Amino acid sequence: MAIEVRIPTILRSYTGGAKIVEGAGDTVADLLADLDSRHAGLRGRLVTDAGVLHRFVNVYVNDEDVRFLGALDAKLNDGDSITILPAVAGGAFGFAAAAAIASHTVATRAAAAR
Amino acid sequence: MARYDSLLDACGGTPLVGLPRLSPTVPEGAPPVRLWAKLEDRNPTGSIKDRAAMFMVRRAEADGRLRPGDTILEPTSGNTGISLAMVAKLRGYRLVCVMPENVSTERIQLLRMYGAEIIFSSAAGGSNQAVATAKQIAAEHPDWVMLYQYGNEANARAHYETTGPELLQDLPTITHFVAGLGTTGTLMGTGRYLREKVEGIQVVAAEPRYGELVYGLRNIDEGYVPELYDATVLSRRFSVGTRDAVLRTRQLVEVEGIFAGFSTGAILHAALAVAHEAVRDGCRADVAFVVCDGGWKYLSTGAYGGTLADAEEALEGQLWA
Repeated sequence: MAIEVRIPTILRSYTGGAKIVEGAGDTVADLLADLDSRHAGLRGRLVTDAGVLHRFVNVYVNDEDVRFLGALDAKLNDGDSITILPAVAGGAFGFAAAAAIASHTVATRAAAAR
Repeated sequence: MARYDSLLDACGGTPLVGLPRLSPTVPEGAPPVRLWAKLEDRNPTGSIKDRAAMFMVRRAEADGRLRPGDTILEPTSGNTGISLAMVAKLRGYRLVCVMPENVSTERIQLLRMYGAEIIFSSAAGGSNQAVATAKQIAAEHPDWVMLYQYGNEANARAHYETTGPELLQDLPTITHFVAGLGTTGTLMGTGRYLREKVEGIQVVAAEPRYGELVYGLRNIDEGYVPELYDATVLSRRFSVGTRDAVLRTRQLVEVEGIFAGFSTGAILHAALAVAHEAVRDGCRADVAFVVCDGGWKYLSTGAYGGTLADAEEALEGQLWA
């Protein structure tokens, strides 16, 4: 039995368009290395050069966030289900627009202060 | 206390009710595992967001950012807009909400009823269009005040000062607190308070997992983590899909008579998971979770009846939490 991994739309260019791929490994790090051997470049989108999960990537093992289970060292078992998702919170509309305005306001104030 | 000087004074102080039928049964002689629901739909506009809206407005008034007659600008299609509209009305401000044109009619009607003005952004353009519209409005009206709930400390402070103490007073034996993760204000504020007061407290987040359409991101770097979020406050974090959220929302009204929105179903799903783990481990548990709002605003989705597959389809592409 293998580990099933759900790939978000924005990363399916690395999996030939596949929504679900299979992999193997005792930890999340092992699994990502295994996936990268068949889907070159995928690991680089999820893990930073410093070797930690990208800030805007969430990885879930059986619906639980791996950051609270040991992050890349989180243990995996055959039959586990992994979901990879971009980090978004609080509703796509609200946060995107709110963040844009906040950064705009800060920039405008900084410009006005000069 | 049941008498208040005004509606704003009636914010918070919500009931905590036990769920004797949904709480898991434990083997004979094993310690009890109990679920408790904090009924935040009993706030003035019917959601937990009243607490944050009131604290954010009061803080902005105290800081001199808001003066009588000012205009508040908030990009929201959800409960925060409705709460802010009520607070703005009673405190003498104008509220302008920016929202996509495809939100439910209940929300538009509620916002207008409370006196908010609405600027629609094109739904077809997705979040990119919404961002563009919001930026344009902010540029045209530099004097409008945005409270920005995702980065406003007063949002978390509301829960540190009210939700947390209320829970501890009503349930001194609390072992787990479970709430939804959006702006993260509820979990950060309540979680920090409980961590200071209750040794070994588990602070558990349930985040909604929407259909891919809702995210609409072009790449990973467009992701977003609210400024309020501090992962060290949390013990665990669950992602809950639409199907599980709908299933639990229906179960809550069928078994315990509590009619809630779908975000509450997602939270209950996580609460049941930790409750069943406690039973398996033979541990005592008092699991308190948040009922964010009632189900009224979501009736038009049709997701309260029919098969789960139909409900899942009805909610596809919607922001149900």
